[in-house]
Amino acid sequence: MGWLTKLSMRLRALRHGDEVHREIAEEWQFHIVLRTEENIRRGMTPEEARQRAERHFGNSAHIKDVSWEVRGGGLVETLWQDMRYGLRMLRKFPGFTVVAVLTLALGIGANTAIFSIVNAVLLRPLPYMQPDQLVDLNLKTEPSDQALVPYPTFLYWQREPHTLSAMSAWTGDTFNLTGTGMATRLGGRRVSANFFSLFGVRPILGRDFSPEDDRLGAAAVVLVNEGFWRDRLGASPSAIGKTLTLDGGHYTIIGVIPSTFQFWSAAEIYVPIGQSENPSFDNRGPSRVSQIIGRLAPGVTLAQARAEMNVIDRSRVVAHPESADTVTGVTIHSLRQDVIGDLEPTLLLLLGAVGFVLLIACANVASLLLARSTARTREFAIRTALGAGRNRVIRQLLTESVLLFAIGGTFGTALAELVTHPALALLPTALPQMLRVSPDSHVLIFAVATSGLTGVLFGLIPAMRTSLPKLQETLKKGGRGIVAGHHVTQSVLVVAEICLALVLLTGAGLMIRSMNRLWNVNPGFDSHNLMFFSVGFPPPSKPDLTAIRVRDGELGAKVAALPGVESVSVCNGALPMSGDWTITPYWLPNQPLPANGAEKDAAELYAVGADYFRAMRIDLRHGRTFNKQDMHSAPPVIIIDEHLARHLFANENPIGKRLTVGFLGVAEIVGEVEHVKHFGLDADFQAQIQEQIYVPFSQLPDLLAPVLANQATYILRTSVPPATLVDPLRHAVSETDSQRIVYDVQTMDEALANSQSERRFSMTLLGVFAAIALVLATVGIYGVISSLAAQRTDEIGIRMALGAQPWDILRMVVGQGGKMALAGITVGIIASFAFTRLIANLLFGVRSDDPATFASVAILLALVSVAACYIPARRAMRVDPMVALRHE
Amino acid sequence: MGKQKPELPQGTVDMLVLKALSLGPMHGYGVGQRIAQLAEEMLKVEEGTLYPALYRIEQRGWIKGEWGVSENKRRARFYKLTRAGRKQLEAEEAKWSHLSLAIGKVLRTA
Repeated sequence: MGWLTKLSMRLRALRHGDEVHREIAEEWQFHIVLRTEENIRRGMTPEEARQRAERHFGNSAHIKDVSWEVRGGGLVETLWQDMRYGLRMLRKFPGFTVVAVLTLALGIGANTAIFSIVNAVLLRPLPYMQPDQLVDLNLKTEPSDQALVPYPTFLYWQREPHTLSAMSAWTGDTFNLTGTGMATRLGGRRVSANFFSLFGVRPILGRDFSPEDDRLGAAAVVLVNEGFWRDRLGASPSAIGKTLTLDGGHYTIIGVIPSTFQFWSAAEIYVPIGQSENPSFDNRGPSRVSQIIGRLAPGVTLAQARAEMNVIDRSRVVAHPESADTVTGVTIHSLRQDVIGDLEPTLLLLLGAVGFVLLIACANVASLLLARSTARTREFAIRTALGAGRNRVIRQLLTESVLLFAIGGTFGTALAELVTHPALALLPTALPQMLRVSPDSHVLIFAVATSGLTGVLFGLIPAMRTSLPKLQETLKKGGRGIVAGHHVTQSVLVVAEICLALVLLTGAGLMIRSMNRLWNVNPGFDSHNLMFFSVGFPPPSKPDLTAIRVRDGELGAKVAALPGVESVSVCNGALPMSGDWTITPYWLPNQPLPANGAEKDAAELYAVGADYFRAMRIDLRHGRTFNKQDMHSAPPVIIIDEHLARHLFANENPIGKRLTVGFLGVAEIVGEVEHVKHFGLDADFQAQIQEQIYVPFSQLPDLLAPVLANQATYILRTSVPPATLVDPLRHAVSETDSQRIVYDVQTMDEALANSQSERRFSMTLLGVFAAIALVLATVGIYGVISSLAAQRTDEIGIRMALGAQPWDILRMVVGQGGKMALAGITVGIIASFAFTRLIANLLFGVRSDDPATFASVAILLALVSVAACYIPARRAMRVDPMVALRHE
Repeated sequence: MGKQKPELPQGTVDMLVLKALSLGPMHGYGVGQRIAQLAEEMLKVEEGTLYPALYRIEQRGWIKGEWGVSENKRRARFYKLTRAGRKQLEAEEAKWSHLSLAIGKVLRTA
């Protein structure tokens, strides 16, 4: 095969270059010897014979070069030569080099940064053993497809499945650590005994949980995180066997978990979940639920596991009818999908957007290269005349541009490294913590490949144009004949840039308007100057609801007395905007109950203090809010939201009617309030539960005492900025009891912002890219108009000599730019129509073809383009006709 | 200098070299001699054209070069026509005769 031979020859030349040279020399020597002998036979003297023989080889240096090249050598040597020449050229024109390198650094850097995020989130496997087998199991119920699982159900599930090789329950919890200095609140997990072995994680010290540890009544043991072990136990091996006092109980430390294990968020301690969960179905109280993580058996698909688990769960309902609830099935998702969630489309969108920025940057540099190459046309014409083939010239130009792109790419990658982490730190909730963005070989390969590819692609355009074979004309005209062709290419590049910039700006504009609309949505309460916090209490020996009520009353009064606090209320159940929810079924007292639990109507349940509505500034529509009379002993009352009122009673006044609320029993409706957007400013519209019920905290039944004993959540309405009250709050609480700890303090405004973090992430980045694109496009227009105007200096001189006014010249230059801008904007608008459909999912309250946004962006770009033409136009106006004509 | 020898395009030289080698393996010097012989001294391929042609054809796989010993006991590089080269030669010959026929027709027209 021809190419195979060629390749092997090239390789040989590369590695045994000297030998190949020697072979050629030897071959020619042989030839010369024979020729000499023949010359001697013809009658010449030996010296003459030899001289003539050698002369026949003519310009041996040149032939040697050609032969050497044909024999496969030359590539590496000429490449090296070209690179040195290229570097010299770059040094010679520092202005050009700096601008080009900066532009490329910006373009390639931005792309590398986004790619490293994409790499960490979408490409890298999760940091566990065989992560593709890990799945999340949830229950399908009325409000959610991803409901958590009650412990007895989990135990039932564990008995049978063939499709899952392991299942483990886990839940996050906070614990009061006492006994070692000041009491602190620890974030930890309750897990099944096989939790760590499911992930393939082994303790670095001590032992893992065993099934015996995971039962009610077993000796209390705890595993600690490596960080905790280092910080608080001095990293000493004798920590094993020591005791920690958590929530009043004594837990023996049995092992240390490596800090490389990160699952969702950091946990400092782990305790067995089985020690605190009632495993039987006959527990009538509110069920404690947990997350279930499982591992698929080898070769099993999600669909198979799903099918089997649904069968198992149905048999559970048959075997234990007392456990019947609102469950309709089992859902299984891969862990990966839960972690990544909606990030994939967002990240891909951002990757596309930043790709536009790169295209604009490359177009700019290509334009610059073209502009510069017009100055070098003579140089190349001469080189071609001297014997360099067209390919040779192209190769050299290509080498120069790849060099330029490589330098730009190197700076860009460094820039990406510097910028990515601080940028992510600004939006911490945008990405799950377990996906750590760090550079690895993928990112480096991407950067190199991008630089190389764009360098070749965008370097090819100027290279091809510069090496046109119209030799004679070039030398005669002094290089100006080629230039016309360059005009077209440069104009096309600028039009393309404007088009791309327009698309990006439109997208960014739409997103900014969406965010604006979102902030104007009424959440149903006043979110400013609102703060919420939780308090951890040392567990009483016997949880008693009376004592809890007294406790909360005292605490509430103490906090309310703080200067700057307007009102305080306890808020149990769930907090709006927190992503949490508590639901309860309800029905009218005389209504027949549907047999299937899943068909009962359900509503969000809040157990609140008397001041709740005042603190939250939720509007009261009818009736009254809770007051001090609604005590435990008084008749049970509830307040409903307007959606529930409309649903049950249409336009009638709901006040005075009665409703049965889950296990709380029958209560009288005393008030109707406005609806609160519990699930988020935008998500609430789509939520399945749109109805809300409030009960007075003091009327909660006794059987909830264990759940309420250890912690409580409060809402605080302040008249001063809430952040200033955090410390006074902590002091006040610890004054009541030093063992009480304040944690999870957040202002409602922060919570709202966090609930939109993904959108904000996209919007911010898109905005940044659009801004960069605008700047680059402006620079591009300026550069091209400048060079075009400079090349038309003679024409301008002639026109002025013939009587044109400066104003006409200005119009001419700006007109040229204006035409390009117009073309770019037109194409851009058409393209935007197509592209903005892609972000329709991220928009809120704004159509993807919103005319106001399109119009304002188009006008902005038009103005910017005209402005960019201004300076070159001024320069053109000041051309002295005499100088210009002499130049000709 | 002397009488004007025709300037040969690259492809034609390749064809001549292939033809020369079709008569048997030969070293570079010998190929040049053979061509001159066959052309009855009307044509001479200069060294500067011959060797690049040989290397180029070798790269394309039409001939294969090997070191051997010449008749006067010297080390020399011998070239042999390959099967692909033979095919190429046939193709080139066909093209050439077609071309020269066509050109002849044109030239004969008044």
